[in-house]
Amino acid sequence: MGAISGIRARLCALCVAALLAMPGCTAPVEETTLYADLGGEPVITRFVTEVLEISVADPRIAKDFDNINLVWLRDHIVRQFCELTGGPCRYTGRGMYASHKGLHLATANFNFFVEDLQIAMDHAGVPFPTQNRLLKILAPMYHDIVTR
Amino acid sequence: MGLRTVTATAIRWRAAGLAVIVVAIATAAQAQAPAPAPPPAPSPTPASSVDLFDSGKLLVTSGVSQIEGAAGGGLTPWALITGYETRDAIGANGHYTFVHTGSYTLHSAGASLGLFDRVELSYAREIFDTRKVGGKLGLGNGFTFNEDVFGAKLRVAGDAVYDQDTLMPQTAIGLQYKRNAQGAVIHAIGGKSAEGVDFYGTATKLFLDQSVLLNATVRATRANQLGILGFGGDRNSGYSAEFEGSAAYLLSRKTAIGFEYRTKPNNLRFAAENRWLDVFIAYFPTRNVSLTLAAVDLGDIALQRRQRGVYLSVQAGF
Repeated sequence: MGAISGIRARLCALCVAALLAMPGCTAPVEETTLYADLGGEPVITRFVTEVLEISVADPRIAKDFDNINLVWLRDHIVRQFCELTGGPCRYTGRGMYASHKGLHLATANFNFFVEDLQIAMDHAGVPFPTQNRLLKILAPMYHDIVTR
Repeated sequence: MGLRTVTATAIRWRAAGLAVIVVAIATAAQAQAPAPAPPPAPSPTPASSVDLFDSGKLLVTSGVSQIEGAAGGGLTPWALITGYETRDAIGANGHYTFVHTGSYTLHSAGASLGLFDRVELSYAREIFDTRKVGGKLGLGNGFTFNEDVFGAKLRVAGDAVYDQDTLMPQTAIGLQYKRNAQGAVIHAIGGKSAEGVDFYGTATKLFLDQSVLLNATVRATRANQLGILGFGGDRNSGYSAEFEGSAAYLLSRKTAIGFEYRTKPNNLRFAAENRWLDVFIAYFPTRNVSLTLAAVDLGDIALQRRQRGVYLSVQAGF
């Protein structure tokens, strides 16, 4: 995480330097982030809210959410997705390993949640290829989240 | 003959070398991966027992049953393991596939077992109906070649789905032991043997940000038309290294389209054998069933030119 922030900071410095070096160039070229393609914070909040609703009603994984404050969880996930997709947020929660190890999640639990997330994104109108771009970022978390 | 033997041997070694390289790259890539997270702290609540038939894999990621019974595309094996089990469970599939070209009909029916998303065991019975061609060849109309294929596949390294932060594919090695029941006819047309073993190495990678899945397989084989016309021949009796490639685009969670290409040996003098290819659409309404429809071009088969037609396959399992 630290290394990534460092790289990002260096890239930003580079961008600024490039802009300053270009006379007559006043506005940077509009760069589309995944955050923007997803529909920004309103849409992310919408499908994160819904995936939690679906999951707590999904008999396959409902018990994974026992004793968890869903509003707190929603806010954390929204901020995390926002940051990971290039949005103007900062995720300050714990790492994925630390936050999941006590749950002893199996591969199936992970996948059933992904499935519920896909349904929630469908309902929020996120196009399938855009959904996959988010899943690409989330998929490697499998190795930290699944500890059983 | 000497040259041919040398060439065959060289090809055999090259195929073996390729398989070793694929595995070596896979192993090296895994060795370079960051150390796994530390073991979880002891917890007062032991993990509850896992469902042995969890059907916990993501939709589509069991693949379909290819024509020889392995999990893959329609024509080629992939590195995915059959069934919807995760690494904690067991899965299984049954399939029936129907291929109808201008002159022939091929039926393939079988079953496969996936163990802990690691090992795959499969069986398929192929029935190749020569229809009217059988009469022309003096075998009688509707003469059928029947073949049993026993397959085993071992997943070696990587994960096609989760390893989205590396280019490392999921890799597997496998073999298919094939036994043809029409030995006498096979010898009469120049085939050397009625049974044979194919060895393959395969790599599968899902590129999620493109919604694309790619697969490459290298197979060492002596089989003539899958083994339907026997193994080895009067033109070439040894193993040759063949390439099989697939590309699929995910249209939705439940639907994929794509194409496949499979090179084949050309061992028999009496009739040339060509590459196979197909364009497919596969539909996975649930984890328990999938349907595949394809247009196939199987090239020339036993003197009948341009065998093009339809491929239909249904798979059911968990």
